Amino acid sequence: MDFDLTMVNWARAQFAFTAMYHWIFVPLTLGLSFLCAFFETIYVRTGNKEWRAITKFWMTLFGINFAIGVATGIILEFQFGTNWSNYSWIVGDIFGAPLAIEGLFAFFLEATFFAVMFFGWNRVSKKFHLFSTWMVAIGSNLSAVWILVANGWMQNPVGMTFNPETARFEMQNFFEVVFNPVAVSKFVHTSSSGFLFASLFVLSISCWFLIKGRHLKMAKRSIIVASVFGLLSSSFVAFSGDESAYVVAQKQPMKLAAIEGLYKGETTAGLVAAGILRGDKQPGDGQDPFLIKIKIPFMLSLLANRSFSSFVPGIDDLVYGNEEQGIESTASKMAKGKTAINDLAEFKIARKENNNPKADLALARFKKNQDYMGYGYLDKPEEAVPPVAIPYYAFHIMVALGTLFPVLFAAFLFYALKDSLTRESLKKWLLPIGLISGFLGLVAQESGWVVAEVGRQPWSIYGLLPVKASTTNLAASNVQITFFMFFVVFTLLLTAEIAIMLKQISIGPEEGPLK
Amino acid sequence: MQYNIYTFYRDGFRGMVLGKKLWKIILIKLFVMFVILKFFFFPNYLNTKFQTDEEKGNYVLEQITRNASLNKLK
Repeated sequence: MDFDLTMVNWARAQFAFTAMYHWIFVPLTLGLSFLCAFFETIYVRTGNKEWRAITKFWMTLFGINFAIGVATGIILEFQFGTNWSNYSWIVGDIFGAPLAIEGLFAFFLEATFFAVMFFGWNRVSKKFHLFSTWMVAIGSNLSAVWILVANGWMQNPVGMTFNPETARFEMQNFFEVVFNPVAVSKFVHTSSSGFLFASLFVLSISCWFLIKGRHLKMAKRSIIVASVFGLLSSSFVAFSGDESAYVVAQKQPMKLAAIEGLYKGETTAGLVAAGILRGDKQPGDGQDPFLIKIKIPFMLSLLANRSFSSFVPGIDDLVYGNEEQGIESTASKMAKGKTAINDLAEFKIARKENNNPKADLALARFKKNQDYMGYGYLDKPEEAVPPVAIPYYAFHIMVALGTLFPVLFAAFLFYALKDSLTRESLKKWLLPIGLISGFLGLVAQESGWVVAEVGRQPWSIYGLLPVKASTTNLAASNVQITFFMFFVVFTLLLTAEIAIMLKQISIGPEEGPLK
Repeated sequence: MQYNIYTFYRDGFRGMVLGKKLWKIILIKLFVMFVILKFFFFPNYLNTKFQTDEEKGNYVLEQITRNASLNKLK
């Protein structure tokens, strides 16, 4: 296999790498904060000190995760300014507001309610402490809204206009940006999957205690709460996943075609439940894309368009066009895009020469084709296709795990309510599965990220700006150095997180063992 | 009221056990990120090259239209 080691790919790899590391900490924060709030609510309602010990134990792990993960996302903003200067300038007006709100929100939340959450035991009333814990949970999740609004805009740019004078997208309608259907479905899906991951994390550690025969009461109680939360979250994940797929089908049909390995569009299209892709498959070569596959009839049409008999476009339809279905070819869009770029260049020159009539004419021509501008940077139509195998396998891994998790939560809840989790027979199969479930949750989380971000390639702003036109004009060596620096820094952070967490887990609840 | 808030934070920080270790990690991390990485390796490219927004806009416009003449030849 040949690797393209140009600057753009190093910058891509660096961003992907840091985002994936960052994404270990974030979903755990989103979900664990709510689990801490549930544990503490039970403590406040029952007055039982054992629930207080359980709350403090999980809150300590939440604190470790938060401390290690905090500010790791800022690294991504550094990269915007250095490696992606075209992009960061072009989107600056759109991203400024959401990211500023997120920063302010996080700061005030951390300075007030976090302090009460960790310093306030025995210093403030039980109810105010509980209120603070809930505020941390709600606030952390609301903080994520703004990041996902920014991400949603990149996937489906709305509520803006391109200003050719400043070379920036400028926000026209804040609410259209915030209530962008991609951002809404992304937030619901991402936060609920974070809840699910955190529930698996609690399940995983509780299983370790059960296997070791330590803190049995705490482990069983934690499993009951985590399983109920996990089951509820799983249904939200399924519901929001279905909505996400529908939105992707409407706004990013190429991504949907890639994650399903669909090359030739179909009416009454079936959903590939499992399959192995042909390694040498190329758009338009007429080969069957699959070596083997299992399909569920009609389901892709239903998923994509809410209709069993609808047409779902494939990669070939989107690249080469399909007159019958009214789908324009990428080559046609590229021609319009190149015209738009030429008109933009003419506008710039005319402005420089103070030739306003010529500038106005160029601008009027540019506006006719500006929605296709991004296609003007592509060298060939096939460049509009993402690397199909990566989002395809990531999607199917995510869905398979997402199907397994509710079954796992149901099994744990069943045995926990029967108080039979410590049965020897369960130690042989269910508890080991529970033990690794946290890792499986992480795999599902990262797979979801890969589906969303690799699936939208080659675009940084969907249809308007490809990744290769977003980068700074730098040498690849500049990015290579920092790539390896990040690798070292983030690996150290992750090692620290795991080491401190393992130590804290082995210590158990600070208020003594709950047998 | 202000004194109570002050003592709340003061006693909270003093009473930390694991928290002290975590704060050390946070401070080292922030130092590495903001002093070493940001300062030496991640300057804001446009801010270091240009002074005004107009200059930055013109540069980016030039970058995203630099293939315009090539487009005409195709």
